[in-house]
Amino acid sequence: MGAFFHADMIAIILAGAVATFLTRIGGYWLVMRMKTIPPRLEAALNAVPAAVLTTLVAPAFFTGGPDVQVAMAAALIASLRFSVLPMLAIGWCAVMLMRYALGV
Amino acid sequence: MNKADFFEGVRNGTPVFLSAAPFGALFGAIAVANGQTIAEAVLMSMTIFAGASQLVGIELFGQNIAPWVIVLSIFAVNFRHILYSAAMTPFVRHFSPAEKFFAFFVLTDPQFAETLRRGESGRKVSFAWYIGFALVIYIPWQVMTALGGVFGQLIGDPKVIGIDVLLPIYFMALVLGFRKRPNFLSVVAVSGAVSVIAYHTVGSPWHVSIGALAGMALAAVLPVKRGPASRDAAREG
Repeated sequence: MGAFFHADMIAIILAGAVATFLTRIGGYWLVMRMKTIPPRLEAALNAVPAAVLTTLVAPAFFTGGPDVQVAMAAALIASLRFSVLPMLAIGWCAVMLMRYALGV
Repeated sequence: MNKADFFEGVRNGTPVFLSAAPFGALFGAIAVANGQTIAEAVLMSMTIFAGASQLVGIELFGQNIAPWVIVLSIFAVNFRHILYSAAMTPFVRHFSPAEKFFAFFVLTDPQFAETLRRGESGRKVSFAWYIGFALVIYIPWQVMTALGGVFGQLIGDPKVIGIDVLLPIYFMALVLGFRKRPNFLSVVAVSGAVSVIAYHTVGSPWHVSIGALAGMALAAVLPVKRGPASRDAAREG
């Protein structure tokens, strides 16, 4: 183990892998049993990705410094025209500009 | 195993591999910058193989958060796969149990989207095609994770070269990828507001679950509209 692996990290990773596999096989398992998903449950499940991911974005913005906020705002504006990679590039340029050119 | 089908799968999967490769490297670099070893980052890529949830896990590892909360968060981010495997069922029912095991293990957003498209166009989704598509994404994902990890190790402090902002921006891009879903704006507004309030009152990491539950509850009580449910696959590795 030593410098390559830490036991607690391995345990979390493998538990995360099992949890992930359950989501990947879960829908098949459900469909084979219940045929249909109730509409309100489906609506709630449909909202899961946006709801979960938003909770990672919003606090990062509101607790970040002006450098991070400007970078995220720039990336949001970029998203109107561009896909993920240009958004990352524009956000990165913005934060580097703030940190090194403007000294924020 | 049908060779022609396999290589057709490889061809179909190649554009996905090209667009996912930078994220594999990004994951490796951020993982190492946040204290994982390269071996741990690669193990995570090999066993979880879902870019967004891997990055969420990394984000939480860095915050001294209880392990079960990290696992639950990975589960939450990957929850959409339940909808995918449900929708895919008619097209993979003919797989043997072992084939199903591997097929679901490598299920990703693009894999789902392409499988459904192939199946709904009336073409047979053979295991050879499916696994060819999957492998041309899976194997480079591991290589790119390792390369990104080596790169991340050379850097040290992520703030110095600005890669600390990439994670929130990446999550923002993922959120925007779901903008065609029903009630998108209301869900985002409620989850965002509740998570920020919870962050300041209850504290991290509970803001993640509390904010997410608020958004889901809202979606459940709003009038049910027909939308492009789970077809708008977010970009992911």
